[in-house]
Amino acid sequence: MMPQQKTLFDKIWDAHVVKSSEGHPDALYIDRHFIHEVTSPQAFDGLRKRGVKVFNPARTTATADHNVPTLNQHLPIKEALSRHQVETLRKNCAEFGVELYDLGHPYQGIVHIIGPELGLTLPGMTIVCGDSHTSTHGAFGNISFGIGTSEVEQVLGTQCVLQYRPRTMRIEINGKLSKGVVAKDIILYIIAKLSASGATGYFVEYAGEAIRNLSMEARMTICNMSIEMGARGGLIAPDQTTFDYIKGRKFAPQGETYDRLVEQWRQLKSDDNAHYDLELSYDAADIAPMITYGTNPGMGIKVTDRIPTLSELKDISEQTSFTKSLEYMGLEAGSAILGKSVDYVFIGSCTNARIEDLRLVAKMVEGKKKADNVEVWVVPGSKQVENQAREEGLDKIFEAAGFQLRQPGCSACLGMNEDKIPAGKYCISTSNRNFEGRQGPKSRTFLASPLSAAAAAITGKVTDVRNLV
Amino acid sequence: MSKEKFTTLKTPAVPLPIENIDTDQIIPARFLKATTREGFGENLFRDWRYNSDNTPKADFILNNGTFTGKILVAGKNFGCGSSREHAAWSIYDYGFRVVISSFFADIFKNNALNNALLPVQVSDEFLKKIFAAIEKNPSTTITVDLPQQKVTLEDGSSESFDINAYKKTCLANGYDDIDYLLSLRDEIRHFELVH
Ligand code: SF4
Repeated sequence: MMPQQKTLFDKIWDAHVVKSSEGHPDALYIDRHFIHEVTSPQAFDGLRKRGVKVFNPARTTATADHNVPTLNQHLPIKEALSRHQVETLRKNCAEFGVELYDLGHPYQGIVHIIGPELGLTLPGMTIVCGDSHTSTHGAFGNISFGIGTSEVEQVLGTQCVLQYRPRTMRIEINGKLSKGVVAKDIILYIIAKLSASGATGYFVEYAGEAIRNLSMEARMTICNMSIEMGARGGLIAPDQTTFDYIKGRKFAPQGETYDRLVEQWRQLKSDDNAHYDLELSYDAADIAPMITYGTNPGMGIKVTDRIPTLSELKDISEQTSFTKSLEYMGLEAGSAILGKSVDYVFIGSCTNARIEDLRLVAKMVEGKKKADNVEVWVVPGSKQVENQAREEGLDKIFEAAGFQLRQPGCSACLGMNEDKIPAGKYCISTSNRNFEGRQGPKSRTFLASPLSAAAAAITGKVTDVRNLV
Repeated sequence: MSKEKFTTLKTPAVPLPIENIDTDQIIPARFLKATTREGFGENLFRDWRYNSDNTPKADFILNNGTFTGKILVAGKNFGCGSSREHAAWSIYDYGFRVVISSFFADIFKNNALNNALLPVQVSDEFLKKIFAAIEKNPSTTITVDLPQQKVTLEDGSSESFDINAYKKTCLANGYDDIDYLLSLRDEIRHFELVH
């Protein structure tokens, strides 16, 4: 009999099951746990109440990112509640023996940016964090997913979570991308096809030539937004691009251990005839620069397309939400989005605030100036990204263009700190969510790639980047 | 820690017939700064519920005294977006014990179940029927029977819903997952040793 053909997801899952019984969720061992200030305090409190210690402190890494200011990080945090939350994280990490990359630390940054850049995120692992965009780490060929605070407590207390095995989906992107089209456009395109709930219950494996040709950072952008179509997570089988990226990183295995592990990691792929619950494939040539017009990430179109009309909606049950959404955005059904004036440009977030993103933006704006009507914030994903950008002189390019280069954090991605888009204003953003009020009460978000955001910074309006590159 | 036990609930319901209600609407990020689990109910649906000067918006359903009860009925894909458990805490803290929708986002569903908040998934047709019944009579009651896994309206029409056996036992007895995992600690240590 043929041995059972397995997907990469199934192989990693099966290797981490501590206990499994019929009708019962699996107790899944977690190799790497990341925590931050917003979703961890109640979990530590729970441990205290139960009188339980952290099971394996070396497997948890903490950072402060969601709530931190992006200016003057050397000063105490002004806002009392935010300050208290960061101080609580400090206190908890000290008490329970968890490593913390606090404000001002050279490794501080958005949790999903620092894991990979420090070599903490590796192929074959199981990784969780109390944050839905934990899916980002899946770019390295591992199982990474977001959890709630009760589950953070489970992992702290037992290094395990209880989970039901999700269904698997394979999405293949064949062929080559056109000029001006980047990873962000691929994922916005997929989400527009599948809708904001189309992958709920699934774990997605991305494959195909267009995915293989992407850098690690671009692959992270893709996996990052898996959650925006409802998926638990996304992953990409590791290859030489992955191994090269990991080599020499701070906490990555070194020397002989690295060589030995690379040999193991090469085995991490789905079997040829593995069964997926759903398989989809798209042609890279059909993907254009994308933009969202509504208030969920599934409401995306090619930048040159018109916003659909009510009658063109794929799902008529969504008419009420659609109308409400356009009203919120101050846009007309059936109208063009190209040329729409914007007020803010936000280049940041765990989707697009890595060094390659900043380079892409810098290359486009070098020698140019931002339009007078826009304010532009560039918020690097981590201290290391910020330092690298300065070393490469990108800060000079941004300064000359009139962009503000800030300090690392989640910033206007979720508007928890003071970086908020004012009510009624339009922001073209490289982040991942365009929900009502996400970037500040009544703010209006257009999600797009760093290239499209840079183009809008220069022209002051929604622009087809293909006319500029 | 044991939670409130859930068996059967019969109350009127609050209708929110909007699809894709995301966690940022349930509880906006700027209200996630607390370090305890309590008190989030005050800010449930904050930006739909209050004007920017903090006065209640008269037309929002929670500010309209006509609708009360411990059941929230919402459009499909409820709870999409962030993994913030604060969304489940705020709904529970406000006083709801059940959310009925025709589709739930995964992480929200998990978080709800971990907090004694029962997510009840019904068909699109039955959801429409519920909305219609509430519209006709705002004080009509809905019965959610966990042991029988059944939602029943006053006119007697009903639909059964799915919940897995493990979660059902947890809800009915007020157990949580961590109690179970803590009981596996020796097996987990063993797993660490051999892997
Ligand atoms: S950058 Fe945005 S999406 Fe990413 S972790 Fe921070 S808040 Fe979440």
